[in-house]
Amino acid sequence: MNAQQPPVLAIEGLRVEYPLANGTVFTAVENASLVIRPGEIHALVGESGAGKTTIGNTVMGLLEKPGRIAAGTIHIDGRKFDPAKGSAEGVVLGRDVGAVFQDPMTSLNPLFTIESQLTEAMRFHLKLDNAQARARALELLQAVGIPEPQRRLKAYPHQLSGGQRQRVVIAAALSCGPKLVVADEPTTALDVSVQAQILKLLRDLADQRGIGILLVTHNMGVVAQIADRVTIMHRGQVVETGTTEEVLRRPKAVYARALIGAVPRIDARLDRFPVLGEEGKGRAEQARTELRARAERSTQTADDTPILSVENLCVDYNTSGWLPGSKGHRFRAVDGVSFSVRRGEVFGLVGESGCGKTTIANVVSGLVRPTSGQVLYRGRSIAGEGAVRRIGPLRQAIQMIFQDPYSSLNGRMRIGSILSEPILFYRLAGSKAEAESDVARLIEAVGLDAEAAQRFPHAFSGGQRQRLSIARALGARPKLIVCDEPTSSLDVSVQAQILNLLKDLRDATGLTLLLISHDLAVVRQMCDRVAVMRQGNLLEQANAETLFERPQHPYTQELLSLVPTLDRIRGETRAA
Amino acid sequence: MKTLASSPGFLTRIGAPISVIAAALLALVIVACSILASWIAPYDPTNLASFDLMNAELPPAFTAEGDSRFILGTDNQGRDLLSAMLYGARVSIAIGGGAVLLAATLGVTLGLLAGYFGGRVDALIMRIGDVILSFPTILLALLVSGIARAVFPGAATAEWAPVILICAIAIHEWVQYARTVRAATMVETAKDYVRAAKVIGLPPRRIMLRHILPNVMSPVLVISTINLAAAVLTEATLSFLGVGMPPTYPSLGTLIRIGNEFVFSGIWWIALFPALALVILVLAVNVVGDWLRDRFNPKLRVKR
Repeated sequence: MNAQQPPVLAIEGLRVEYPLANGTVFTAVENASLVIRPGEIHALVGESGAGKTTIGNTVMGLLEKPGRIAAGTIHIDGRKFDPAKGSAEGVVLGRDVGAVFQDPMTSLNPLFTIESQLTEAMRFHLKLDNAQARARALELLQAVGIPEPQRRLKAYPHQLSGGQRQRVVIAAALSCGPKLVVADEPTTALDVSVQAQILKLLRDLADQRGIGILLVTHNMGVVAQIADRVTIMHRGQVVETGTTEEVLRRPKAVYARALIGAVPRIDARLDRFPVLGEEGKGRAEQARTELRARAERSTQTADDTPILSVENLCVDYNTSGWLPGSKGHRFRAVDGVSFSVRRGEVFGLVGESGCGKTTIANVVSGLVRPTSGQVLYRGRSIAGEGAVRRIGPLRQAIQMIFQDPYSSLNGRMRIGSILSEPILFYRLAGSKAEAESDVARLIEAVGLDAEAAQRFPHAFSGGQRQRLSIARALGARPKLIVCDEPTSSLDVSVQAQILNLLKDLRDATGLTLLLISHDLAVVRQMCDRVAVMRQGNLLEQANAETLFERPQHPYTQELLSLVPTLDRIRGETRAA
Repeated sequence: MKTLASSPGFLTRIGAPISVIAAALLALVIVACSILASWIAPYDPTNLASFDLMNAELPPAFTAEGDSRFILGTDNQGRDLLSAMLYGARVSIAIGGGAVLLAATLGVTLGLLAGYFGGRVDALIMRIGDVILSFPTILLALLVSGIARAVFPGAATAEWAPVILICAIAIHEWVQYARTVRAATMVETAKDYVRAAKVIGLPPRRIMLRHILPNVMSPVLVISTINLAAAVLTEATLSFLGVGMPPTYPSLGTLIRIGNEFVFSGIWWIALFPALALVILVLAVNVVGDWLRDRFNPKLRVKR
């Protein structure tokens, strides 16, 4: 598209370096080249640490010290970028280059109205007076699809939803008519339905205004949906570049193939995720066999009672002051939800943020008390009406895996003592030595090396920490594990490994999993049965196959249609 | 923690500026001298038989009328001022340290409880703290030692006065610990590792002591150095006002009070030298404490 027009951004042989304290140099980006023509969306994809954000920041002149451009050239709108000044001659950030950041909650200043934030750049760069600027701000809000723009001009950021705020951020980026917009993970913090709208908006802006967009993202589905060209980066290097269709359908580089293969598919269920080099395979299987033997010894005869049933559960959150008589707000997070989980299955709970799925996870694992209704574990009430008083032994049977592997392990404790804590607390080992060998077996079962027990959490990567978090949950010999967004803060390839691990562990030990997620593709790959939630209500529950092939509730249908996937690639749909 | 912060190797290794190293060394020297007072002091100022009224109010040895036996001169009782100061510094530091220890223990415990349980427990503890903070330190301490003396006749004796002083100072200072620890505890309690400990089923006491406490301790250590200086100063003020240590077991503050009566008679040394020692000690500890505060400030530190 527009191959004749001069590129709005041309990067050639870029190398960005960070000198380190010990005198060596860390190369964040090595020999990167890319070209963006007007009206083109160029996606820069890769996992965390790949250097994609560094390129985005460098182009905007926001490269943080002591980072420096060591080699290569950048031309913005045909003008050469001067590393010393951090901009190209005659190109101004905010006027010729617009920026859209990841988190719309923090990229607007909460103290100023939308109007003043939108008009600031225009008054400064275009020397418009207040009335002109306001008129143009109104136009922009209309262009990005904000309802009642007249009223919204006077609003403060907290009065808008996340999606609306991101629209305002985009409007601000467009305010001075830029040639190039750098969008760094513009939809990562948003729900699918909002994401779909924002992506459509970005596409329309490129098509109608001829703006070149550098889209930095980790989400392959997003790339497939709106990008014209893709560059895949890995550890600072450009691994593959080409049109979206070429790269996603016929990736040549090994890494590109692995990365694309690791993306969970929503259209069909696979046995395992294909991943590169799985860690510690043989020993892990042996350790899991031992876990299984232990689990079988302690399991009673199978019966038909569901392992977990949630009946008519309601949870209110009160925000009340401490002074007597002060009135608090009451917010109903979960409103009359009922479902049951059978022994040995993976039950998925999906929904957008704020739908109450995490609250249910917290109630099931005993962190939050229900307002009414009850939770039964094997027919015995563990929370809510008629809950058994001595909850201790039942607590042991339900463990949890958390979303953020960086905060879920105590940084002041060694892995060994973190993992042995539940073992010692429930006296599952006769002696300290036995507990230590149990810990070693757990660590091996999650695919790490047993000597990890001696180290502190900060010595491990996010994926490894999540493995350790899983090992801790297994330590209490639970029957049910609640997984609250277990992979949403991990890279795709790591996500694939963790999901494989959960599958393997379930197959090996007969665990039951309650999987909470906003990612429909992950749920499709993992779950036997799925329930869909919205605003505290459970809308639909069905077998996973049924739900994904023939969704009944209109909300489920809408959600499914909005998920950006690899089977709808932009170039192809256009051609078709 | 004091000894850890005061060893120069430790400070240079973690990049302390020269002024901090000097201050730490100075504080260390004063603390060491006061601990070793019984061995290095030329006389025993607590032994009433060892001093002679004939030697009273002798100026320091380096002045024209000085007596070489008394390097910094003598006080109104004929007591060797250097010896009295060494013993006095020991009393001051012991009371300051004791008050900090008591305040920290009390404050950390209450702060943990308030931050972990929240709600009514939190409201009760923190409101009590607010009430206490609305009194000036000295007024509250005067009140406590005054009441103690009224209801407990032995309160003014050398054995009990330090205990009363420690309590009188700590009753005000624990609030600062409680506030800091409460805030840090609330942050930590919301983190997933604490939720994980709850899911395991660990009792609250164990979660607080084993999981949360180690993660909220660094600000406590920092406040402690700054509060140590403040506590030494409060003790000196109380002793100066006459409700502190008795004249037979003088602290630095008591010496300054005694000296104060003679300043206008041209006998300047009784007040000046103890005051100098106090200023140097407090300044040194404060410099180290300030530096520690900046160093451990989570906002100035790169996370993870």
